Amino acid sequence: MKLLFTKVLVFISLSLVPSISVGSGRAVVPDRDPVTYISPFQEENLNCFKCHGQEKYEYTNELLGTQVKAIMCLEHIIKSEDFYASNHRSFSCTDCHSEDYSIFPHSGELRMELKYTCLDCHGGDDTFSSFSFEGIDADYRESVHFKLENDGFSCWKCHDPHTYRISIRESKNLKETILYNNNICLHCHSDYSRFHLLTDRDEVNLMKTHDWLPDQASHFRSIRCIECHTRINDSILVAHQVLSKDQAVKLCNECHSRNSMLMVSLYKFHSKEQRRDGFLNGIILNESYVIGANRNSYLGNASMLIFGIVILMILIHIIFRIKRNKLKEG
Amino acid sequence: MYLYPVWLRLWHALNAVLIIILIITGISMQYTDKEDSIFIVSFASAVKLHNITAIVLTISYIFFVVMNIATGNGKYYRLKRKNFFSDLVKQMRYYAYGMFKGEKHPFPVSMERKFNPLQKITYVLTMYVGLPLIIISGLGLMFPEITVKKAFGVSGFILTDILHITTGFFLSLFLVVHIYTCTLGARPTSLFRGMLSGYHEPEED
Ligand code: HEC
Ligand code: HEC
Ligand code: HEC
Ligand code: HEC
Ligand code: HEC
Ligand code: HEC
Ligand code: HEC
Ligand code: HEM
Repeated sequence: MKLLFTKVLVFISLSLVPSISVGSGRAVVPDRDPVTYISPFQEENLNCFKCHGQEKYEYTNELLGTQVKAIMCLEHIIKSEDFYASNHRSFSCTDCHSEDYSIFPHSGELRMELKYTCLDCHGGDDTFSSFSFEGIDADYRESVHFKLENDGFSCWKCHDPHTYRISIRESKNLKETILYNNNICLHCHSDYSRFHLLTDRDEVNLMKTHDWLPDQASHFRSIRCIECHTRINDSILVAHQVLSKDQAVKLCNECHSRNSMLMVSLYKFHSKEQRRDGFLNGIILNESYVIGANRNSYLGNASMLIFGIVILMILIHIIFRIKRNKLKEG
Repeated sequence: MYLYPVWLRLWHALNAVLIIILIITGISMQYTDKEDSIFIVSFASAVKLHNITAIVLTISYIFFVVMNIATGNGKYYRLKRKNFFSDLVKQMRYYAYGMFKGEKHPFPVSMERKFNPLQKITYVLTMYVGLPLIIISGLGLMFPEITVKKAFGVSGFILTDILHITTGFFLSLFLVVHIYTCTLGARPTSLFRGMLSGYHEPEED
């Protein structure tokens, strides 16, 4: 029964996704559930995960014939459960990396291996037109990070090749999505070894540079960094043009107002009809309540009505009092 | 009749100023728009001002409660079950009808009875229901980590906010009605002068 229910749900949700088709021999919508997903390359990838899957790895020293244990550095560890929950979970490691990596020690030449870019695979592919990769690429080229390309910046720096998964597009839990998104930025902006890999600038203390924002912790839990730091582009879901700091949003009204910019960014995918003025839907379905933006038109109208009636009663009372005074005088 | 001791007048003046600031900043927060319009207070300063004023109000409210217990002014606020509704109706009938016909005040002010039944119930509701509610819900908004996380599947923050805004609305309504009913003394300005001097001017007729 439960299985049937799940199937019906899956069917319904699939029929709502407009872009199901088969691209490059793979189903574009693979099994969404990372727990039940089984990769065709499960076994093959194990050859890499046995070393890259945790902090410790082993190999045989062929000269001495001994078993050596060593520590895998943090940057080279890939958790298999994260990989199989990522967008590219249906890949084998060697789809993107050279087959020669199956040999250890890895040859020095492999370091010079050319990496794919997103556009190499996604550029001009209709299957992914809903993501508008070209638009994103164009915006990224205008962003503050682009000038760091020669120092090693690329899309991969925000979209970890092994763990990146789409979030906001399918978000059921906005807070989780926000956390996931902000961690992307904080990966560098709160870790100075990574930050300094790309720039010679001094450390920036984010707490200090954002101290004008009251209740920072609560704000950072409810909005993404990109809300304030990017230029909104209507044709793509996630704005990618990160602007310099002096162009960042600082005015509270941008969010705390009836036509809050959050409606076209963070809440874009939460159906517009829902929020138009709907009391029940707008308020109950959203975990966030933005003072000034979630104006409830029913309560608003009701209070105006009550206020009006009271003022009217007072006016009538005043008229009667004036009449009475005239009578008394006259 | 000396009805309003100095502490009460000072409290009342402070309270009135605070409540008016809170209403203005509260409304400007709720109705901010991209272009700052009718309300001069910008969102950032509205938030700051609202928070500071609210803290002062909380202290002044505690002062009010303590002094009411300590000085005995609290006795005027004690509701009596006997004839509760019939007395209310009598007072309402007077305001709606009797006073225009030149009838006598059904509950003339005396040292034992500062408030008529209608005044008493609105003051009690305002001071002992409205203010506690708005203070507690306000603290909940100021420290979101102490608010109930979820109730009936709705974020506790939202419920707290709705409670806060609704109470704020009723207090604003009270203020308007309060100021108006304060013109219903011997002369329209009598009660206001009473609140300044401390002495209640007796009805002329
Ligand atoms: C016996 C353990 C072991 C196995 C098996 C292994 N690796 Fe590695 N790999 C390492 C270690 C240790 C490093 C870091 C030192 C180095 O670069 O040699 C590394 C580094 C790498 C790097 C980074 C090279 C660079 O440029 O810094 C890549 C990419 C890589 N491995 C891919 C793979 C892939 C793909 C597989 C599976 C086909 C694999 N590895 C299997 C131990 C292993
Ligand atoms: C979609 C393509 C893709 C797949 C699939 C992929 N990688 Fe990578 N991998 C990359 C890219 C691109 C980089 C370079 C990242 C960068 O420049 O920041 C990389 C870097 C690495 C590194 C170097 C450390 C790092 O994170 O920068 C290791 C180790 C690695 N990959 C191992 C693996 C293993 C093991 C698998 C299989 C479980 C795998 N990769 C699957 C694209 C891929
Ligand atoms: C080697 C080719 C390749 C590269 C490089 C690559 N992708 Fe993909 N990507 C694919 C394929 C193929 C799929 C479809 C996966 C499937 O159906 O299992 C996909 C799926 C996706 C999806 C859709 C996931 C979904 O669940 O609908 C997104 C988003 C995505 N990739 C983003 C990126 C980004 C961003 C980059 C660069 C940082 C990138 N890809 C690099 C081949 C690639
Ligand atoms: C500064 C960080 C950053 C860089 C650089 C970056 N992205 Fe993103 N990208 C994000 C964030 C954050 C998201 C939102 C993730 C989510 O919630 O799904 C995102 C989402 C996406 C999505 C999914 C959008 C959707 O409609 O669901 C695609 C596709 C994408 N990026 C492609 C790219 C490509 C291609 C590049 C390089 C040209 C790139 N990104 C560079 C931060 C970045
Ligand atoms: C791979 C590391 C990395 C990631 C991930 C990253 N940044 Fe950056 N970012 C940098 C570095 C390095 C600089 C400094 C550039 C320079 O030298 O001016 C920078 C600069 C900036 C600036 C410009 C500051 C200024 O002085 O004008 C902003 C704004 C910014 N990042 C926001 C973001 C946001 C938002 C995200 C997430 C969507 C993000 N960054 C993700 C490394 C990163
Ligand atoms: C409410 C809007 C807002 C949010 C949310 C926000 N920022 Fe900012 N950020 C700003 C503004 C405005 C500035 C410029 C501050 C200034 O110059 O006084 C700034 C400055 C910065 C700078 C430049 C600091 C410097 O002095 O060089 C970086 C980097 C940055 N933000 C990163 C982030 C990251 C990462 C996040 C998410 C965790 C984030 N911001 C969230 C508005 C925001
Ligand atoms: C990028 C959008 C954005 C901007 C800009 C912004 N806020 Fe907010 N703010 C939010 C959101 C979203 C919430 C809802 C928080 C929640 O759900 O808990 C919020 C909540 C608040 C709260 C409520 C309470 C709390 O502590 O949880 C206050 C007060 C507040 N903002 C004040 C400000 C002030 C003052 C500014 C300008 C200096 C500002 N905000 C700028 C989005 C924004
Ligand atoms: C500009 C605003 C205000 C004016 C002009 C005003 C005026 C007056 C006047 C003239 C009195 C004396 C008449 C009477 O006892 O009924 C009074 C009493 C009182 N007012 Fe106000 N008021 C204002 C605001 C407020 C506010 C905001 C509150 C509470 C939220 C409030 C609560 C009270 C209470 C509780 C009393 C009775 C005090 C007592 O004698 O114990 N007033 N007010």
